[in-house]
Amino acid sequence: MSNKKNNQVSRRQFLNYTLTGVGGFMGAALIAPMVGFAVDPLLKGEKSGDFVYVLDVDEITETPQKVSFQVDQTDGWYESKVEKNAFVFYDSNGDILALSPVCTHLGCTVDWATEKEDEFFCPCHDGRYNAEGENIAGTPPTEPLHEYTFKVEEGKLYLSPETHARGGA
Amino acid sequence: MLNKIYDWIDERLDVTPIWRDIADHEVPEHVNPAHHFSAFVYCFGGLTFFVVVIQILSGMFLTMYYVPDIENAWESVRYLQTEVAHGQIVRGMHHWGASVVIVMIFLHTLRVFFQGAYKKPRELNWVVGVLLFFVILGLGFTGYLLPWDNKAFFATQVGLEIAESVPFIGTEIKTLLAGDPTIVGAQTLTRFFAIHVFFLPAVLFGLLAAHFIMIRRQGISGPL
Ligand code: HEM
Ligand code: FES
Repeated sequence: MSNKKNNQVSRRQFLNYTLTGVGGFMGAALIAPMVGFAVDPLLKGEKSGDFVYVLDVDEITETPQKVSFQVDQTDGWYESKVEKNAFVFYDSNGDILALSPVCTHLGCTVDWATEKEDEFFCPCHDGRYNAEGENIAGTPPTEPLHEYTFKVEEGKLYLSPETHARGGA
Repeated sequence: MLNKIYDWIDERLDVTPIWRDIADHEVPEHVNPAHHFSAFVYCFGGLTFFVVVIQILSGMFLTMYYVPDIENAWESVRYLQTEVAHGQIVRGMHHWGASVVIVMIFLHTLRVFFQGAYKKPRELNWVVGVLLFFVILGLGFTGYLLPWDNKAFFATQVGLEIAESVPFIGTEIKTLLAGDPTIVGAQTLTRFFAIHVFFLPAVLFGLLAAHFIMIRRQGISGPL
């Protein structure tokens, strides 16, 4: 080894760099497919489902009614029908609301009129929502119950399995 | 940066002697293919280990999707191979690696045999090597059932009947492996899975450690 010129790469360094480089590349080529394999659920994204008939519009009242409906679910290799619930009613403006029973605090399931006459109640951490599904200040939930996307055709109410946050008011 | 981190750790824990002891030793000239090309035969042991590492890694990732249940096993393999990102590659590595590892261990054994490298003082390492060979055969046998297709099922049926042909205790061995005296089914699959993924790999690690410690102690056998 010569140290006449400081910037010169010694034979030992050169071999070290090339071996580490080539070895690293080969190792990466080996590991990369496995990492892709493992993070596949992140690459898949969400699938959307079809609208499902739940009840006739003339059955809808001002008080929330619990309706259940079945949706097809594909969970990897496992296909099944799962039951979903919704609370369907007319709000104070006379519009149809189909609310998801999933608590906006940490995801437990709420029920209607269990704790108080005209409130939704979540047993996990005593979360409460008023008769329109709006969260009551001072209880854990941070926003109103989410809403199913729905459509009405020939007097029948159809829900899509997806829910979304309720905008405004 | 990395050097600094290393120095910081080394200053406190004095790790240099540990890794020096494991990794820093000269490769004798007679095993270096750069000197004598025919020395490539010394690579087969390392290649066997390399493929074993691939089997362990790819196997660990396969278990993220695989289920050892007769209703779902085949579907889960179909799913992981055709619908998961790089599934074809990861399953392919494990599938082909399982055969390549046998080829490599066989070539490695041939080298040791024909060079007489198993002779005193290395007899014990030959014994450990033979045990490693059996464990790897066992991994191949138990893994083969896991995709739960027709080929897997009948290969296992045959393997179990071979086990049954052992004198006196054959029937017991078969029942113990299959989990049932007559059925090759749900309990066979869970047992084979447990053996494939937990029991045999544990034994494999122990034997590999013994194999390598002995090699470090005794060094590689001298030039012919
Ligand atoms: C030397 C080590 C090993 C050998 C020779 C081996 C062999 C095999 C074989 C022959 C198959 C059937 C593959 C097919 O038909 O496509 C298989 C499947 C499987 N192995 Fe291994 N294996 C080894 C180590 C491991 C380890 C360490 C794990 C997990 C930690 C593992 C997990 C699996 C799983 C989950 C399957 C089912 C998925 C599939 O069939 O593609 N294997 N193995
Ligand atoms: S999850 Fe409903 S109150 Fe916490």
